[in-house]
Amino acid sequence: MTTFVLMTITGMGLAALYFLVASGLSLIFGLMHVLNFAHAAFLTLGGYTAWLVAGASGSFLLGIVVGMLVAAALGAATETGLLRRMHGDHVPQVLLTVGLLLAFTALVRAIFGSDARPMPTPAWMNQVIRVLDAPIPNSRFVLIAAAIAVWVVMTIFLTRTRYGLIVRAGVENRPMVTALGIDVRRAFTLVFALGAGLAALAGSLVAAVQGAVSPEQGMTLLIFAFIVVIIGGLGSFHGSALAALLVGLLQEYTNFYAMVGMGDLVVVLLLAGVLLTRPQGLLGRRLV
Amino acid sequence: MTSVEAATRAQEEPSSAVAGTGGPERRPVRRWVIAGVLVALAVALPYIPLRIPVLFDGPVNGPGALHLLSLMFVMAAIAMTYDLLFGYTGLLSFGHHLYVAIGMYTTVVVLGETDYGLGAALLAVLVLGLVVPLLLGSICLRVSGIAFAMVTLAFAQAGAIFVVRDPFRITGGELGLAIAYQKLPERLVGVFNAPYRYWLALALLVLVVVAVRWALSSRPGRVWPAIRDNEPRVAVLGLRPYTFKLQVFVLSSFLATLAGAVYAVVVGGAYAEVTHATFVLALLVMVVLGGTGRPYGALVGGLVYTYLVHRLGALSSAVQDLPAAVRAPLMEPLLILGTLFVLLVLFLPGGLVSLFRRPGPNVRDRLRRALRRKDAE
Repeated sequence: MTTFVLMTITGMGLAALYFLVASGLSLIFGLMHVLNFAHAAFLTLGGYTAWLVAGASGSFLLGIVVGMLVAAALGAATETGLLRRMHGDHVPQVLLTVGLLLAFTALVRAIFGSDARPMPTPAWMNQVIRVLDAPIPNSRFVLIAAAIAVWVVMTIFLTRTRYGLIVRAGVENRPMVTALGIDVRRAFTLVFALGAGLAALAGSLVAAVQGAVSPEQGMTLLIFAFIVVIIGGLGSFHGSALAALLVGLLQEYTNFYAMVGMGDLVVVLLLAGVLLTRPQGLLGRRLV
Repeated sequence: MTSVEAATRAQEEPSSAVAGTGGPERRPVRRWVIAGVLVALAVALPYIPLRIPVLFDGPVNGPGALHLLSLMFVMAAIAMTYDLLFGYTGLLSFGHHLYVAIGMYTTVVVLGETDYGLGAALLAVLVLGLVVPLLLGSICLRVSGIAFAMVTLAFAQAGAIFVVRDPFRITGGELGLAIAYQKLPERLVGVFNAPYRYWLALALLVLVVVAVRWALSSRPGRVWPAIRDNEPRVAVLGLRPYTFKLQVFVLSSFLATLAGAVYAVVVGGAYAEVTHATFVLALLVMVVLGGTGRPYGALVGGLVYTYLVHRLGALSSAVQDLPAAVRAPLMEPLLILGTLFVLLVLFLPGGLVSLFRRPGPNVRDRLRRALRRKDAE
C-alpha cells in the first residue's frame, strides 16, 4: 500500500510535468498547426535561467518567475520574427523550429558546457511528508500544485476571457474567425508566448526535482510530451491534462511493478493503440 | 534507360524534381559521363597523395581523411533514402534512424553473440530490413501528416529505449558495442585498411544512388511525387495511395538498414547515439540543406553536413587569434549548422543545389502552375 501511494504521487508528479509541456504544445498545434520542436529549447532556457537567477539571488521562486518571463518574451519574438514569415506553410515551420532547437541546444552547450550543473534547490523541497506512511518529497507536491494552478488559470483564461474565446474559436475553425474580422495572428503570438512560459516553468521544476540542469533535458521530456499531446487529442487542452495523467501513472506503475524501462515501451504501445483505434486522440476532434 | 528517364521527366509534376533537372533532353548522356568521371575519381582517390591544406589534415589518401570521407558517403546514402520519403513522397518521418540502428545493431550483435560470420549477419540485416519496415510501415501509414511523424518517432523511441535499457544484455546499453573484429575480413580491419572501408562506403553510396534513381523512374516512382503534391487526386485516379506509400517506406527503410550495416563496419561498432531522435533531426537538416526532392540534393547535403560536423571545430582553430568568446561557439558545429539551417529555411528553401541551377525552370514552373490554377478555376 505504501509503495502504491508513493508510486501514485510520483506518477502524478510526472504527469504534472507532462501536462505543463504538453498543454502549450497542444494549443500551439491546435491553433497554428505547427509541431513546435523549439518547445524543448524554451524548457532548457527556463531551467538555465532559473539556475542562473537562483544562483545569483538565492531565491528559487524568483528564478522560476524570471525564467518564465524570459522564455515568454523569446517565444513571442520567435513567433512574430520567424514563424510568421513562413505565412502558414506548416512543414517549413516545423523545420524552422527543429533548426532553432538544434542551434539553441548547441549554444547552451557552448556557453555552459555539456555536463549537468547542480541546481541550488531550497532544502524544504527535498524534505519528505508522510502520506499514509509513504514518504513523499515535497518537490512532488510542488509539481502537482503547479500543474493544478496552471490548469485552473488556463481554464479560466480559455472560458472566461475574450482572448481565450478567440483561441478556442481559432482551434475549432480558423478561417471562420478570420472571416469575422478578428486578427487571429495576435492570438498566435499570445499562445506561443504562453506555451513558452509554461515550458520554462516545467524546465525549472524538472531542474529542481532532478537537482541539476543539462542541455539535453528538454529533448527527453519533449518526446513524451508529444506522445501525451497525440493521445490527448491535438488542440485539446483538457485532453492533454487527461492524457498526461494517464501516461504519467501508467509509466510509473509499469516501471515499478513490471520492469524498469517497460513503462516507456508501454506508453509507446498505448500511443500506437490510440492512433489506430481513435486517430483524433481521446478528446480531440477528427482532423479533416 | 535514358529514354525512360526523359519520358519520366516529361510526365513529372512541374513542382517536383523537374525544377532541379530542368535541362533539355540531350543532357542525360553528358550527365552519365560526368557521373562516371566523378565515380572513377572517387575510386582512384586512395592512390592520389594530394594535400589540401585547410580542408583536410594530412593527405587525402591518409587514413584520417579516408575515414572522414567514408563517414560522409554513408551519411549521404542515408540522407538520400530519407529524401525518398520526405522530399519525393512528402512523408515526414521522425523514425528513419530506427532502420539505420537496426542495420548497425544486427550486424554487430550477430557477429558478437553468435557463431555465424559476416554472411549470416548480412542475411539477417536483409531480412530484418524488409520485415520490420513492412510491419511498422503498414501500421504507421494508417495515419498521415503530423500523426504519422509522431507515431514513427514513437516506434523509433521504443527502439532507443530497448537499446539503452538492454533487457537481453546484447546491445551494450548507453555505451554501445564494438564490432567483433576477428570475424571481419582482414581487409576491413585496422588503420592501414582504411582504403577498403572507404571503397565499401563508396560502393554503398553508388548502390543507393542507382537504386533511388531507378526507383524514381519506375512506374510507382512516378506516383510518389504525385502523392506528395496532391494525395486525394491520386486516389481519385483510382490508385491506392496507401500501397504506394508502403512501397516507398519499405524501399527507403531497407536501404537505410543496409547503410546501417556498412556504417557499423566503418565506425567499428554500434553506438546508442544512432537511436537518439537527434540523428533523424540531423538527417532532416542534411536533406533540407541540400534541397528536398531534387536529384542530388540529399547527396550534397549529406556530404556537406557530415564534413562540417567533423571539421568545423578544426577549421575554426585554423584561424588564429580568435577571442575565446567567438571560439567557444565555433567549437559547437551544431550551433552554426542549426543557424545555417534556419537561414536556409527562411531564405533558400530550395537548398544548396538550387544555387547551381539556372533560374529559368523555376520561373517556367511558376508560370505553368499559375496557368493550371487558372484552368482549374
